[in-house]
Amino acid sequence: MNQRPESTQFRHDDGASPAPGDLLLDVRNVSLAFGGVKAITDISFDVREGEIRAIIGPNGAGKTSMLNVINGFYTPQEGTIVFRGKERRSMRPHEAVGQGIARTFQNVALFKGMSTLDNIMAGRSVKMKRNIGWQMLWHGPAIREEIEHRQVVEEIIDFLEIQHIRRTPVGKLPYGLQKRVELGRALAMEPSLLLLDEPMAGMNLEEKEDMSRFIIDVNQQRGTTIALIEHDMGVVMDLSDRVVVLDYGKKIADGTPDVVKSDQAVIDAYLGVAH
Amino acid sequence: MFYRTAGQFKTDYQSDFALFPVRQDAWLLAFILLLAFVVFPMTADEFTFRALLIPVLIYSLAALGLNILTGFAGQLSLGTGAFMGVGAYACYKLVTIFPEINLIVAIALSGFFSATVGMAFGLPSLRIKGFYLAIATLAAQFFLVWLFQKWAWLYNYSTSGAIQVPNIDMFGITIAGPNAKAITQYYVVLCVVAVVTYLAINITRGRIGRIWKSIRDMDIAAELVGINLMKAKLLAFFVSSYIVGVAGALFVFLWRGAAEANLFDIPLSFRVLFIAIIGGLGSIMGNFLGAILIVALPVLLNTVPHLFGLSISSSAVEHLNVMIIGALIITFLILEPHGLARYWQVIREKLIIWPFPH
Repeated sequence: MNQRPESTQFRHDDGASPAPGDLLLDVRNVSLAFGGVKAITDISFDVREGEIRAIIGPNGAGKTSMLNVINGFYTPQEGTIVFRGKERRSMRPHEAVGQGIARTFQNVALFKGMSTLDNIMAGRSVKMKRNIGWQMLWHGPAIREEIEHRQVVEEIIDFLEIQHIRRTPVGKLPYGLQKRVELGRALAMEPSLLLLDEPMAGMNLEEKEDMSRFIIDVNQQRGTTIALIEHDMGVVMDLSDRVVVLDYGKKIADGTPDVVKSDQAVIDAYLGVAH
Repeated sequence: MFYRTAGQFKTDYQSDFALFPVRQDAWLLAFILLLAFVVFPMTADEFTFRALLIPVLIYSLAALGLNILTGFAGQLSLGTGAFMGVGAYACYKLVTIFPEINLIVAIALSGFFSATVGMAFGLPSLRIKGFYLAIATLAAQFFLVWLFQKWAWLYNYSTSGAIQVPNIDMFGITIAGPNAKAITQYYVVLCVVAVVTYLAINITRGRIGRIWKSIRDMDIAAELVGINLMKAKLLAFFVSSYIVGVAGALFVFLWRGAAEANLFDIPLSFRVLFIAIIGGLGSIMGNFLGAILIVALPVLLNTVPHLFGLSISSSAVEHLNVMIIGALIITFLILEPHGLARYWQVIREKLIIWPFPH
C-alpha cells in the first residue's frame, strides 16, 4: 500500500485496514485432487470489493488450479465458493461468466483467426441478446445492438491503446500485444471479478510497465476487483493490496505485501531451507 | 486503378458495418448480379443452363451450408450428401401429400426436416471433435442413404425406388417437372440462392458468426468468455443442415428431376466438401468460386480439346477430371488452405495499392 500512496484517495479506506470494501469472493476450505495428486489442500481466502489480490507461490503450488476452481473449470472435491453472497461448489465456466467472473490465461488463449476487434466483440457475446431472426435480417434491433456494443468495445480499444491493430488478425500480433488484447476481451465482459493468470509472463520491462499501468487503471477507473497470479515479485508487491501465498497446494501466508515479504514460511518456500 | 479507397471515409459505426465498406466492391457485385439476372438468361442455351449455371448455383448453396458448419464453426462433417437427401425426400413427400402447396414454401419447409436431422446427428459434437466427429457424421451418411432405400413410404412405394418430380406450377408457370423450361428453373434457383446467401452473410458477420468462429479457433476460451458451446454447436448444425437441405431439394426438383437413394451417397458429400475446401473454408464467396471450378472443369475438358481439333473419348475426360480435381485439392491444401477466396483477397489488396505498392 505504501508503494501506491496515490491510490488511497480513490478508496474509502480507514487507513488501518488494507482491504476496503465488502466481501466479493470467499473461498472456504477448498480441496482439489486429481486422482492421488493433491493440487489444493484446504485453502481459504477472500477477495474484497475493489482490491487487487495477488496469488503467488513457487511453480506447482496450485495457483492456476485455484483460478480454475474459482471460474468453474474444475470442481473441487471439498469446500465451497461464495461469490457475491451466492454459495456454490460447481458450475460451468459460461455460468461463471454470467455471474461476473472473467479471466485471462497464462498462455494466451485468443481466437487466432479473428481480428482484434472481433476478439473483443466476442467478449460481449453474452451481453448481446438479439436472436438469429434479427441477425439474419441485419436490421433494426440487431444493428442497433451491434452499434451499441461496438461503442463499448471501441472505448476498451482506446483505453488499451490498440487502435492501430483493430483489424489485424491476432495470430499475427506480437506476444505483448496479444496479452493486451486478451485483457481487452476480459474487460469487454465487464466483470466484477477479473482473474489474471500471469499477465506479465514472458514480457520485457517496458511491456511489464505498460501492463502494470493498465491493471492499475482497470482497478481504479473501472473499479474492477482483480485477482492475479504473477511470478515477478516486484510487480506483485507494487500492485497488490493483499497477497496470498501458496506452496504445495497449501496456504502458507496471507496479508499485505509487507507482512508477506517478511514472513519466514514464505522466505523458506522461495529460497528453500537447510534440512 | 480500379480500386481507390481514398475519399471513402466512415463517420459512424453503421457505415463501418456495411457489407461493402469499399464502394468498388458494391459495383463489382452489381455487375455480377447483372450478369446473373440479365445477361446469362438472354444468352445461354438449354445446355448451358442444365450443365453449368443451375448446378453451379445449387452446389454453391450446398457448399455454403457445409462451410457454415466446417469453415465457421469448425465442426467437420461428411454427411452433407445425406442431409441434402433428407431435404429432397422431405420436399417430395410435402409435394405429394399436399399437391396444392407452393413449391418455394415446400422447399423452405423441407429445410427444417434436414435441419432437425442434422442437429440430431450433431449431438456427438458436444463430446467429440475433429476426425472422430467426421466419422460420426459418416455414420449419418450411411444410415440415411440406407433409410432412403429401405423406407418405401419415402418414395411413395414406386417400383423403381426413385422419386420422380411431377409437373408443378407456380403462378401459372411450370417451374418443376418434365415440362419446365430451363430458364424458369434457373431464375427460381438464382432467387433462392441469392436470398439464402444474403441471410447467411448476415448471420456470419454478427454475434452468432463471432461465436462460431471463436469455437472454431479455441473452444475452451470460447466457453470462458461465456459462450454456451452446446447451444452454439447445435445451432451451427441446424443452420448448416437447413441450407444443405434446401440445396438438396433444389438439386432434385429444379435440376435433376428424379433421384435415387444412391445419388445422395458419399461421392456427393465429398464433392461438396471439395468445393468448400477449394473455394475456401470460412468464406462465403469461396463456395461460389469452388463450385464454378468443380462444375465447369468437366465441361471445359469436354469442349476445349475439340476446339483445337483433338478428340478425347468421354471416358478419358472422366478420368482426367478426377485426376485434375485430386491434384487441385492436394495443391490447395499445401499452398493455400484458405482456398480461392484467399487468392481473391490477395488480388484485391494488391489492386487497392496498385500501382504504388509502398
